[in-house]
Amino acid sequence: MKNRLLWHKALTAIVLLYLFIPLLATFLYSISTDWYRTVLPEGYTGKWYGELVSDPRFIDALGRTLFVCIVTILISLVVMVITVFAVTVYLPRLERLLQGIAMLPYAVPPVVTAVGLITIYSQGPFALSGSVWLVIGAYFVAILPYMYQGIRNSMRTVDAISLLDAAELLGASKLKGFWLVVFPNILPGVLVATLLSFSILFGEFVLANLLIGGHYEMIQVYLVRRMEENGHLASSIVVCYFIFISIISAVVLRLGRSAKEGRT
Amino acid sequence: MRTQTNLRMIALVLVPFVLIIIAFELMPLAVMVMDSFRGDEGKGWTFAQYVTALTSKYYLTGLKNSVLISLYSSLVGILVAIFAAYSLTRFPTSLREKILLFSNMTSNFAGVPLAFAYVVLLGNNGLFTLLFQKMGWDILAEFDLYSWIGLALVYVYFQIPLAILLLYPTYFAIQEQWKEAAALLGASSFQFWRHIGIPVIMPGLVGTFSILFANSMGAYATAYALVGSNFNLLSIRIGALVAGDVMTRPELAGALAVILAITMIAAMWVNERMMRRVRRDLR
Repeated sequence: MKNRLLWHKALTAIVLLYLFIPLLATFLYSISTDWYRTVLPEGYTGKWYGELVSDPRFIDALGRTLFVCIVTILISLVVMVITVFAVTVYLPRLERLLQGIAMLPYAVPPVVTAVGLITIYSQGPFALSGSVWLVIGAYFVAILPYMYQGIRNSMRTVDAISLLDAAELLGASKLKGFWLVVFPNILPGVLVATLLSFSILFGEFVLANLLIGGHYEMIQVYLVRRMEENGHLASSIVVCYFIFISIISAVVLRLGRSAKEGRT
Repeated sequence: MRTQTNLRMIALVLVPFVLIIIAFELMPLAVMVMDSFRGDEGKGWTFAQYVTALTSKYYLTGLKNSVLISLYSSLVGILVAIFAAYSLTRFPTSLREKILLFSNMTSNFAGVPLAFAYVVLLGNNGLFTLLFQKMGWDILAEFDLYSWIGLALVYVYFQIPLAILLLYPTYFAIQEQWKEAAALLGASSFQFWRHIGIPVIMPGLVGTFSILFANSMGAYATAYALVGSNFNLLSIRIGALVAGDVMTRPELAGALAVILAITMIAAMWVNERMMRRVRRDLR
């Protein structure tokens, strides 16, 4: 029995090592002076990080990505909370339809989505191509499944309909009941969906590259272009990106757990 | 009277959602499917794009490559996960959660950053490439990250954490008492897994496999970041046809995209059929 546990430990350790090595290598590359003749880096330096934060192209790309992500998520947040609430409370018959629409992007890879978007918006009456709004629209759809599920699940766990009924019974209007009672209760769940969407969009490359590419260089597109020019710089971006994403997922996990545990 | 104004208000509230969905989800898909039945530059109605997609050697190879790399990488990913996820269930909860957290974090490590990390490890001047050269081992002498094997290796990396994440919960369907009962009745560990363990997790296995397959069929960023548009994969071909440097052919891209979607749906369908069969056996 003891032997077996050892075996499990060894196996897990190998898999974890396998998953860890690329991360470690990227980190080493980002702090090495030169690393192409020797097995281990020839020397260590922090200059790539310094160069990164003083590179206006990087700052611009980061700013663009943050702008697009935040605008998309704000729009999605407002539109989806209202839509899911209205459908759950007033139009339960449409719930299946809404679910179908919301889960559809899950089954359609972004490269397929891009085809139709480019066809429609590259010419004619809706020439949006090269416009940041095209990306925002596409991103809205890309995070739709996560936002929908997050919001619907939290409305279900807090039993939004009963909450609203109770608020109305106590004399609140529907709007007031929604804003003061339902909304604060679904907030933790909604926050989790928001952060998850944010980390997905931050790492999104396909739509950013195909829809807008060099016209509006976002962080992932910048990363691909930098990879060829300066690997050290590119790897320092990857390291920052990974740390950033890890922090977000840790927060998501903790929030998700407390949102679940808070109501038992 | 009141209910009517109420309904009108609700309808009004839904307008933004409906508009966005039509503009950025439904219409693009509909236009893409319709365009795939049109000639070049949108002239006439024809199956010509599908004929091109399914007879031209170039695009057929792309399709075959996509299917093969997805099959292989999903297979390796799930094989590793079968053992790794089970090993995880043997650990105390706190350790288990820490490992899962780490594994989930690495699942964020995909696409462009992942491709880059593999260049650092196994590219022409990569860590392991140099290490093995110095050691005089020539296992890597033939290896080329920018080849099919290389790409498959990178795909496996993003399949493993996803497979562990999806497969791990299915092991909780197996209760410890079953193992004890089987052992009491004289079953060996192998017999237990052959007759009880594997059939119980089978639906989870097949489901996970189909998700891995679909995941890699649709993947684009990893291959693109490694070698640009040079790999002949279905997803890369679609991207090149709509936003390429040369000439764009959105109609043909549409046909290829429909084919890609059909392969993915077929994988899901097979998965569902299998699940149903497995469940009937269990009954």
